[in-house]
Amino acid sequence: MIALYLTIFISLIIALIFLVLFMKSVKAGQYEDTYTPSVRMIFEDEFTDDPDEDLPSEKDKN
Amino acid sequence: MSSKEKLTCYHCGLEMSENETVWFDDKPFCCNGCKTVYEILNQNKLTQYYKINEAPGIKTEQIDQHIKQKYAYLDEPDIEKKLLEFEDGPVKIVNFYIPNIHCSSCIWVLENLDKINPYITHSEVNFPTKNVRITYQGDHLTLRQIVEILASIAYPPLISLDDVEKDKKKNNKKLLYQLAIAGFAFGNIMLMSLPEYIQQQGFWIEKFAPLFRWLMFALSLPVVFYAAQDYFESALKGLRQKIVNVDILIALGISVLFLRSTYEIFTGTGPGYFDSLTGLVFFLLLGKYFQRITYDYLSFERDYKSYFPIAVTKIINGQEKITQIKDLKAGDRFLIRNEEIIPVDGILMKNKALIDYSFVTGESMPVEKEVGDKVLAGGKQKGGYIEIEAIADVDNSYLTKLWSREAFKDDKQQTIKTLTDKISQYFTFVILSIAIIVGLYWALTDHWSTAIWVVTAVLIVACPCALALSAPFAFGNILRRFGYHQFYLKNARVVENMSQIDSLVFDKTGTLTKQDKYKLTYQGEPLSSVDKAVFKTMVKASNHPLSRLIYQHLAQAGQENLSSLKEIPGKGIEAVFNGAIYKLGSADFTNNKTDNKSTEVYLSKNNQKIGKFIFTANYRPGLSDLFNKLSKKYTLYVLSGDNANEKQILEKILPEGVTFKFNQSVHDKMNFIRDLQKAGHHVMMIGDGLNDAGALQQADVGVALSDDTNVFTPSSDAILQGNKLIQLPVFLEISKQTKKIIYVSFLIAFLYNIIGLGFAVTNHLTPIVAAILMPISSISIVIFVTIMTNIISNKLKNSKLDN
Repeated sequence: MIALYLTIFISLIIALIFLVLFMKSVKAGQYEDTYTPSVRMIFEDEFTDDPDEDLPSEKDKN
Repeated sequence: MSSKEKLTCYHCGLEMSENETVWFDDKPFCCNGCKTVYEILNQNKLTQYYKINEAPGIKTEQIDQHIKQKYAYLDEPDIEKKLLEFEDGPVKIVNFYIPNIHCSSCIWVLENLDKINPYITHSEVNFPTKNVRITYQGDHLTLRQIVEILASIAYPPLISLDDVEKDKKKNNKKLLYQLAIAGFAFGNIMLMSLPEYIQQQGFWIEKFAPLFRWLMFALSLPVVFYAAQDYFESALKGLRQKIVNVDILIALGISVLFLRSTYEIFTGTGPGYFDSLTGLVFFLLLGKYFQRITYDYLSFERDYKSYFPIAVTKIINGQEKITQIKDLKAGDRFLIRNEEIIPVDGILMKNKALIDYSFVTGESMPVEKEVGDKVLAGGKQKGGYIEIEAIADVDNSYLTKLWSREAFKDDKQQTIKTLTDKISQYFTFVILSIAIIVGLYWALTDHWSTAIWVVTAVLIVACPCALALSAPFAFGNILRRFGYHQFYLKNARVVENMSQIDSLVFDKTGTLTKQDKYKLTYQGEPLSSVDKAVFKTMVKASNHPLSRLIYQHLAQAGQENLSSLKEIPGKGIEAVFNGAIYKLGSADFTNNKTDNKSTEVYLSKNNQKIGKFIFTANYRPGLSDLFNKLSKKYTLYVLSGDNANEKQILEKILPEGVTFKFNQSVHDKMNFIRDLQKAGHHVMMIGDGLNDAGALQQADVGVALSDDTNVFTPSSDAILQGNKLIQLPVFLEISKQTKKIIYVSFLIAFLYNIIGLGFAVTNHLTPIVAAILMPISSISIVIFVTIMTNIISNKLKNSKLDN
């Protein structure tokens, strides 16, 4: 039954680690702008020297 | 596709006719401004901008003309230092607010600024707040150059006095931390308290109970002393002001829970109520978080500082010097260029001024001023440059003084008791009486220690968790639903204040009328097609707002080559065509008589009167319907700063019983509302310009109407999109019903409390009963309130279909 002491403390420490991680992410500003990253992600590899060769535009689809 | 029939600008999407199109790179543009932006983007291989969204630009006119001088003040090291967010050697970071940010193309182009200038190392857009943070190498690039790059691609940042004067906004992250800690402790404590609920005795429990109990105690410490901090502070504040607010009850509940649980742990008599304690704090904070909805891109606290410039060009002995506004003193002479805002009251010294006071009064027609006339701070010069001698400094100008009046800064919400606070006043009284009576009974019949046990149990169970939760969730949900329909409230209390309104006061200009849309009618001899073309060509080059309206009116006409064309500021435009002198402008300029009743532009040919354009205010559609609906339940007033010209029209549109007041000054409006309030009325003011700012602040609910939420709105309790004004009766109705829902939820909360008290007074409130009862009551109240408010706000959808 002594193992119980160990498991309780381990579970508490794991929970504490998550708490600290969450607070760190708040501090780093991850919850300040929840919209722009979703748009930015789409653009990340879209920059080419010749934009005409890129993805089809709205016009081409119509 | 429709674009084949009609040409639209490749940059901004404006529709235009064939002959005014500027062609560049096989693409049509509506003006040189748009073309220039395209050129810059094209040079830097950023035309992907046009692929992400079609015609994503904002129409920009004559960017190049004043860009050079406009940002000269940014070279001043003093100003630069204040604007910079971070500086370390050559690395500098600046954060700009750019109102033009509106789509994903904007994000893309602004995050690729390094392609335009390699010394910009990084740029990141925050779309909800319309900010862009730029990191650059300060030894190769100046702040001014960056702003000029942004302006050249039609994303000029808005740099105002606010940026240098106010402290940088602190981010309110504390609530998130508190919520995280309370949630963490609540979860763990629940797990640890479970064993003792299941098993009361035995080897296992006797061995491990102390460990669990002490761990629970340790975990509850940060909850009580950090997460619940605000409740104690608020309770203290209430006690000092001798107001019984709901936070006093909460603070009392938390203290009693904590002290009794701690006592039980120290004496080893029981496991305490730590799970109820942390659960209570967690739910309360959750309610607070839910209620806190922020509209990042809106500001309810703006004053004149948000749109005043940082610096002007001062003239000292004929030399131009850039000076910060705050250093401007009475007697200083300064220069105001086209489209610049006059920062202080002054006397016009040089050139004629055409001043647009639309920020101040909501009236979009510019006012002419001659040399020697007084000009007020807040006006925007249209046309050439003018020189002004200051007669006051920025804090002491007539209007700035009014806007920043200390009285406005008082939080008027503090003085009005909330629904919850009112109820909890009685609640506190009842609970304390019950506690005393029950305590006495047990002390007399049993033992005093039992009495203390029972009294603390009563206080624990009475902790008004459900009471404190129903209003935040109800109002928070309504706040969110109103937001979907472009009615943005400052905070949840505005809903509550709205439910009490009995009088509505409307401003006329910009509120009942559309801000800049004037109806234009022509009166006089019919114009020949040649005349039309001549006048159209005459107004084409003019920047005067009336000229633009006439230009739109004559859009169908052709163009002529004029042999001479000159614009005389403040008077009109004169041109020669085929030997005839054409004039367009004010009455005396065109040899006409005027009765000065409305805004008019006269036309003449060879000094012979031809006719005139009459500009009449354009009322919002659906006004009479709106007023008819409202007049059944509310007393209605219309206040206007204008003269009584439009009274007849208004009387025709609006139902009987509406009171009109004309020629109302800024102070009159405010006093009018104050008088109504003194007579016991609850007033909602609906206005738009800064001239309503005083009245908006004075009213119980001040609603700023705005056709474009990007532009300036005076500080207010709520911002309503212009086209949603007709929905006002629905919004008011919903707020009233919300109040009823809260009353019902209070009843349910009392029911739970009676059950809980039943356990408490009979000395049966074991930790397990508390641990079950408290979360159940809280959660059921929250569910009830959320469902009900969703049902009533569905009305908004239905009435949308009707319109």
